[in-house]
Amino acid sequence: MKFAVLVQEGPYQHQSSDSAYHFVKAALEKGHEIMGVFFYNDGVLNANKLIDPQQDDRNVQKRWSDLAEKGVELVVCIATAKRRGINDDILAPGFKISGLGQLTEMAIESDRLVTFGA
Amino acid sequence: MFIMRKAPYGTIYPFEGLESVLIMGAYEQDISLLFIDDGVYTLRKGMDTSALGIKNFSPTFKALEGYDINKLYIDKDSLDIRGMTLDDLVVQPELVDEEMIPELIEEQDVVIPF
Repeated sequence: MKFAVLVQEGPYQHQSSDSAYHFVKAALEKGHEIMGVFFYNDGVLNANKLIDPQQDDRNVQKRWSDLAEKGVELVVCIATAKRRGINDDILAPGFKISGLGQLTEMAIESDRLVTFGA
Repeated sequence: MFIMRKAPYGTIYPFEGLESVLIMGAYEQDISLLFIDDGVYTLRKGMDTSALGIKNFSPTFKALEGYDINKLYIDKDSLDIRGMTLDDLVVQPELVDEEMIPELIEEQDVVIPF
């Protein structure tokens, strides 16, 4: 199946980003296609490369960047990113900043859009 | 379909939800909105948000018509519980009940909750 994923919460405060990550990873392992992951609302904060948790904790940002290396497209909404100070200067590897047109396209072309929010 | 579930101020979900509705409206999609739970407050008319220092965005819902977004639905129970009627709202959505809502959602290709 062809999935698109929408992440609406930032890292750590909510589980949404963790759940979305595990979903994407499991879907890929089962041979499904991930058209892309779109970050909206506080979800854009997952793209902050300054995220630096304690050693014994998961690095939510880096996990996404690692998925990007495997070819998963990570798209950050520009309007909500600007509101939260996420720009190209602090954008983590593998993420790109774009508009809601990308989410629209993902929603149309995927079989399912799966949302992870509060 | 976009589902507005939360109160208008206190979190940014309804406001950024509305922003995404307006932008997706420009892509000529078949868009509908469902207001449920505290989301019904986003349509309340006569709100004064000046003490919050946040712009009152409820009147913006009146502009949806200009984007050809005419399919607005509101949960009757959510209105009743809050002592509200359609007369309290800036727009006039279609009243739906708990039996119609799952059917409406079933009809959608994509559902985005806020």
